[in-house]
Amino acid sequence: MTPDELAAELDRVGYLPDAGVTTAAFLALRMHRPLFCEGEPGTGKTSLALALAQAMSLPLIRLQCHEGIDASQALYDWDFPRQLLHLRALEAAADGALDPDAAEASLYTRRFLLARPLLRALEESPCVLLVDEVDRADDEFEAFLLEVLDTNAVTIPELGEIRALVPPIVILTSNRTREVHDALKRRCLYHWVDHPDLAREVAIIRRGLPGVSERLASQIAVAVGKLRELDLLKPPGVAESLDWARALSALGRTELDAETAAVTLGAVLKYREDATRAVASGVLG
Amino acid sequence: MLTGYVGFARALRRAGVGCGPDRVRAYVAAVEHLDPGRRDDLYWAGRLTLCGEPDDLPRYDAAFDAWFGGVEPRRVERRKPLATRLASLNGGAEQDGRTGRLATAASDVEVLRHKDIAGLTAAEKAHLGELIAALEPVPPRRRALRTRKAKSGVPDASRTLRAMLAAGGEPAKPRYRRKGTRPRKVVLLIDVSGSMSPYADALLRFAHVVARAMPTEVCTLGTRLTRVSRQLGHRDAEFALTSAARAVPDYEGGTRLGETIKVFLDRWGQRGAARRAVVVVFSDGWERGDPALLGEQLARLRRLAHAVVWVNPHVGKAGYAPTQSGIIAALPHVDRLLAGHSLDTLRHLLKEINRA
Repeated sequence: MTPDELAAELDRVGYLPDAGVTTAAFLALRMHRPLFCEGEPGTGKTSLALALAQAMSLPLIRLQCHEGIDASQALYDWDFPRQLLHLRALEAAADGALDPDAAEASLYTRRFLLARPLLRALEESPCVLLVDEVDRADDEFEAFLLEVLDTNAVTIPELGEIRALVPPIVILTSNRTREVHDALKRRCLYHWVDHPDLAREVAIIRRGLPGVSERLASQIAVAVGKLRELDLLKPPGVAESLDWARALSALGRTELDAETAAVTLGAVLKYREDATRAVASGVLG
Repeated sequence: MLTGYVGFARALRRAGVGCGPDRVRAYVAAVEHLDPGRRDDLYWAGRLTLCGEPDDLPRYDAAFDAWFGGVEPRRVERRKPLATRLASLNGGAEQDGRTGRLATAASDVEVLRHKDIAGLTAAEKAHLGELIAALEPVPPRRRALRTRKAKSGVPDASRTLRAMLAAGGEPAKPRYRRKGTRPRKVVLLIDVSGSMSPYADALLRFAHVVARAMPTEVCTLGTRLTRVSRQLGHRDAEFALTSAARAVPDYEGGTRLGETIKVFLDRWGQRGAARRAVVVVFSDGWERGDPALLGEQLARLRRLAHAVVWVNPHVGKAGYAPTQSGIIAALPHVDRLLAGHSLDTLRHLLKEINRA
């Protein structure tokens, strides 16, 4: 597969990649390296993983990171209540003549292991593993993630090593609330995702909402582009342009004028200060 | 051709992008998978493998244009380490006859504790550095999301079950769990402009000690914002301070507090660094920019942060009145205004941070 073919595949499933995203995804596939996507919220980092899974017809496994996430939530856990029930059942069946060693061995088998996203990805590979918002997790978790991504294997003390036959396609995203450790980034391809240019944004809106006219889509893209230059607390991303387009088509508007913009501004700007600044600057027409 | 790529990576390193050997290897591998005859492929192969943060991207673009256009990029000017620069600052003090170890031995710790840092001799400063390094900051704590075992609280089913299993299935005493605590984030914003320069070294040392003890973000304020958390994260104090000094381009310049705090909030604070954190601003409040902007940004900071503490080295001095434009604009949005001109006041500040 060439980069151009990959771009066509992504296009087919409704994701319009630029040269950077295409090359990044292509190299991630070829070099078996995780792809680390960083950028403003709403620039399509997560949807890249969704689109890639769809384009390659692979299952998507998502690990949403949050503060305090640990191995038992990301990797595996033993199903304790089931183990207990199983033991009780064995006891009842054996009627006092239970072999403790055999009983214990039967507790630590694959059927009592709850596979969490990382282990599932290793077992089900080939697949796309999305580690979303890795900057929200703690530093310790990074070190642990590093180990799994480096070896594509996990060692469970009671069971032994579980290794992926094919390394999964890994995409990590970060909103940069915290600097992720360099050791993790070094093992990845690094892609900074920017807001799309005007033509691409129009195309993305049209692709996402076919009912929106070319004219309205470009009006939205131009307005959003101007808003991004306004020095706002939260500049709108592509997700917000799509929301805006959706809001306008729900209202049955075919034209973005100042009055329409003012009543639907809540779809694009999520801070009161931003809304006041946008109205005051007069970029909305 | 291979030497060409490695040469480009070296040029990039000189331009300030931290690409180590493993990144270079990934770069060469990436070029092999692509078509190096196409300028786009060549560009993206390097950008994806050699860069590691958004600050690298403009440097990469410049180096790429220069290298593949035929001109080698300009060498980044090396900066003198902070220690050297400070020595030159203290040059006057060192010639007053009380130099060397003798002066250190003579300067009593008790005296040093209350003395204004700006008035110290070079030897006393070195001694102060040691005293600051010996501080033991205790992080403030906040309620954690996850629960841990406790004497009382909500019943802990799984631990109770485990205890019952250990007792051979007999009823056991119920176990409990309760929300634990975690260290709260601390943000230190240090003004390194000309008027604060006598305090800058001591404050950066202080920041290093704090950063070693709790989750901390440190930025310097001046004509621009520089994040030095990564440099100060290094265990060795001298190494950390030297690399921090190298990273700060506007040492002893002017101050644009409002603008730099805005940059901090836009780039780091709003996204998470300042949320629920204890934010400490070290500045004398001399604002060259618009005080209204500073007030507005501090109001924003106050809404994000758990507590905002303003530390002003002049507060502790006799006859101080908050008259600087910056301080007047900031005061309504500050939880506490503290002194920070001596070791004792810094120690007091640690207590306030812990209590915040």
